[in-house]
Amino acid sequence: MSDWETVIGLEIHTQLSTKSKIFSASSTSYGSEPNKQASYVDLGLPGTLPVLNKLVIKKAVEFGLAINANISKHSIFARKNYFYPDLPRNYQISQLDFPIVEGGYIDIVTEENISKRINVTRAHLEEDAGKSIHSNEGNCTYIDLNRAGTPLLEIVSEPEMCSAKEAVLYMKKVHSIVTYLKISDGNMQEGSFRCDANVSIRKVGEKKLGTRTELKNINSFKFVEKAINYEVQRQIDLLEEGKRITQETRLYDENKNITKSMRSKEEANDYRYFPDPDLLPIKIDDEYILEIKKTLPDLPDVKEKYYKSKYSLTDEQIKIILSNQTLSGFVDKVLEISKIDAKKIVNYFISSIYKKVNKENISLLKDIITPEDFYLVVESVENQIVTKNNLKNLVDEIWENKKSASEAIEKFSNKNEDDELINNIIIDIINKNEKQVLEYKSGKTKILGFFVGQTLKQSKGSDPSFIKNQVIKALDAI
Amino acid sequence: MDIYNKSITELSDLLSKKVISSLEMTDYFIKRIKLFDSKLNSFITINEDEARKQAAFADSMIANKKNHLLTGIPIAHKDLFSTKGLLTSCGSKMLENYIPPYDATVVSKLNNLGMVNIGKTNMDEFAMGSSNESSYFGPVKNPWNLDRVPGGSSGGSASAVAARLTPIATGSDTGGSIRQPASFCGLTGLKPTYGSVSRYGMIAYASSLDQGGPIAKSAEDCAILYNEIKGFDKNDPTSNHEVKQNNIDLRLSKDEVKNITIGIPKKYFSEGLDQNISNVISDSIDVFKKMGFNFKEISLPNHSYTIPAYYIIASAEASSNLSRYDGVKFGHRCNDPKNLIDLYSRTRQEGFGKEVKKRIMIGAYALSSGYYDEYYMRALKIRRIIRDDFLSAFNEVDYIFAPTSPSTAFKIGEKTSNATDMYLSDIYTTPVNLAGLPALSIPVGYSDNLPVGMQIIGNDFTEDKILEIAHLFQKETDWHLHVPEAFSHE
Repeated sequence: MSDWETVIGLEIHTQLSTKSKIFSASSTSYGSEPNKQASYVDLGLPGTLPVLNKLVIKKAVEFGLAINANISKHSIFARKNYFYPDLPRNYQISQLDFPIVEGGYIDIVTEENISKRINVTRAHLEEDAGKSIHSNEGNCTYIDLNRAGTPLLEIVSEPEMCSAKEAVLYMKKVHSIVTYLKISDGNMQEGSFRCDANVSIRKVGEKKLGTRTELKNINSFKFVEKAINYEVQRQIDLLEEGKRITQETRLYDENKNITKSMRSKEEANDYRYFPDPDLLPIKIDDEYILEIKKTLPDLPDVKEKYYKSKYSLTDEQIKIILSNQTLSGFVDKVLEISKIDAKKIVNYFISSIYKKVNKENISLLKDIITPEDFYLVVESVENQIVTKNNLKNLVDEIWENKKSASEAIEKFSNKNEDDELINNIIIDIINKNEKQVLEYKSGKTKILGFFVGQTLKQSKGSDPSFIKNQVIKALDAI
Repeated sequence: MDIYNKSITELSDLLSKKVISSLEMTDYFIKRIKLFDSKLNSFITINEDEARKQAAFADSMIANKKNHLLTGIPIAHKDLFSTKGLLTSCGSKMLENYIPPYDATVVSKLNNLGMVNIGKTNMDEFAMGSSNESSYFGPVKNPWNLDRVPGGSSGGSASAVAARLTPIATGSDTGGSIRQPASFCGLTGLKPTYGSVSRYGMIAYASSLDQGGPIAKSAEDCAILYNEIKGFDKNDPTSNHEVKQNNIDLRLSKDEVKNITIGIPKKYFSEGLDQNISNVISDSIDVFKKMGFNFKEISLPNHSYTIPAYYIIASAEASSNLSRYDGVKFGHRCNDPKNLIDLYSRTRQEGFGKEVKKRIMIGAYALSSGYYDEYYMRALKIRRIIRDDFLSAFNEVDYIFAPTSPSTAFKIGEKTSNATDMYLSDIYTTPVNLAGLPALSIPVGYSDNLPVGMQIIGNDFTEDKILEIAHLFQKETDWHLHVPEAFSHE
């Protein structure tokens, strides 16, 4: 086993988050009724022409800059010709010789805690195909062209990963970049982020690459790892039995955890690529690149270091904040104005706002609560104007009842708490629990917790230390 | 009143003075189609009912004084311009049942002006041909001699205008498909600069060469129509942002003429050109000389590579453009396909004619791996060289005169067995498409009673001037007013 070395290259297809398709005005939203989002252009009706959605250029350039790649000043669309029913024109508009992004790299940290650089060959723009749905009944196939023409950025790595684990780390890193920069929503269930893995093995020390197989269309990190591991073992077994590996495309069957042959290279298409005469070359000047550079936020890698060195945040905290640009942007603003310990503030943030938005929609955040308001709320907790337990209520008040921070703080502040009401509750509890009162009186002070607990339950979210004091007062007064 | 031979301006005048209504004019031309077209086969579809509705609407525009020069004037569209709700067959069995749900930009622009679409004209299948013999709907006859071809691929449009079945028609020109039939039928036809006229809705043959334009009786009529169909279209990324509508005034003065130098490519006249045609063109050049134009011999040294480069590029693009006709979404589908491959192969085998299949195969071959560099890339290089030849000629001269075709209209069937012969009939027109330049073909006389055409080729976006030069010539001559005898009555 240790005689063999694995070589993996990945082609990641990431769907660019644009409202309309790459070459038509149809919506890209997911899950609508079949063929409701297919325009005449998407259907490939005779005479229709593709018109480039300029936003895809911006997104590709952003990605290129994020991985320190070269942005092509002149890139062209090419037609990849092959017949398939869900490819309406029977050619896919893609890029071949002159992709928009060339070179660049992604740094990963391996399990052995070693930093490793994976070089990116290229990233190019292309359109997605539609979907074929094969029906068992009636021996027919349905075509849904809603997805046809969805913009994709195909990111091709060099064959530089040596294990399934590394491949997953690379893929996760690319995923974090494209989602953080909002280039893609990265939704893997909906197919917005999927990959093909080129896998080969060779004897350790061998320079020449072995015959590779291509594992197509894997859309989860878990399956990528499993599929590659299976494939590597299959290739090792073949070679050790003295058999040969066929260069072919294979599909991963997630139910059986095996890979199956789809088509061999011999049957592969000659795609007859040529420059698409319907589309002008994409021309990008330095000014445009500079403009995008200016608006490009710091990448997760850079921010991670910054959070550690300047604020000493924990890895867990950093991971959560950096899962989304909106979150980190929000936290950055809070930290900027904050006079409170950063770790503490981030914890408040995670336990209140993050928990809430994570369930709903992170992009809503900016519409609902400002970093300034959130800081006021946290400050009021820190200054014991509001109890810690009320933090969530405060956020809810601002969030759901659209109150200002000061109104919310006013409502939940300790000063305004109805002491009378709490005292009434305490007296009521004392009256109903004679046995426990006797226990307390006989010196079992631990029973105090029972009274505090009961009071807390009925008063809903008051300050426990305040309640404890009141309970002691009341019991001592008997 | 001999309405059939009236110019657009004259017809427009009759309409606005209410001498005749658009409905009457429409009925008049439809009646002519019904009377004469059985001899010619120039129409695939007569749009009678819808045309009458459009005419009635045009009349209301005229009544409300909301009319344009073209309002109420009948027009016929080559059957590759998509027309909403109306069969658009591209001359092919493949699309014999295809009814587009939208209008081509050219069609909608003219509809909006109140022009009346009286029908769709016959054409070589998918615009591939120089004789209109490859149409699934049968060959079109030349009104000047019914044994002869009208040229192609816009043969139906040329035949229909020549027989005065419509005042004007649209055509498309990929390698000469407007100019060559215009010359065979004694008409004036304009192939605009690539990017001047939107290709949106025009069924593609070779995307980097296709360009729509008018086929008309005169340069003046061409100018009027061209002015309305040109311009940037957001639906066509290859249409040019700079092309804007302006009124072409056609008022080139004799003083200006003295500053214009015309280039005569000597190779065009020395090799393979029919002697009679050469003489006719020489005579017309004399007319231009008398008007004060200067002439100079020029050289277009790489002319002989044109035809092979053209057929590689056009076929390569066609092989890909025509992939969409697969029996899955629209158009012809074979009966009872056994499986997917069977569906594809039988649909395409049945739906496409011989010429189309041949070009798809040439194109697919030229693009296939291992041959791409040798054929397609090399053809692109030649294309560049040919354009450079023209551009350097335009450093010396302002415009270029050339024959439109090496022969006049040939006999039906004469060249169908010899593809090279057929392809060579485009030898003077295809270089203009490869170079993306504008060119106009005008009638300049006869050879053996068949019309002879001459091209005026200009630099990018000089259509206005080319049309002015032709208009000046047509004020001095009357070739453009001749009507084939069999059709010169009501």
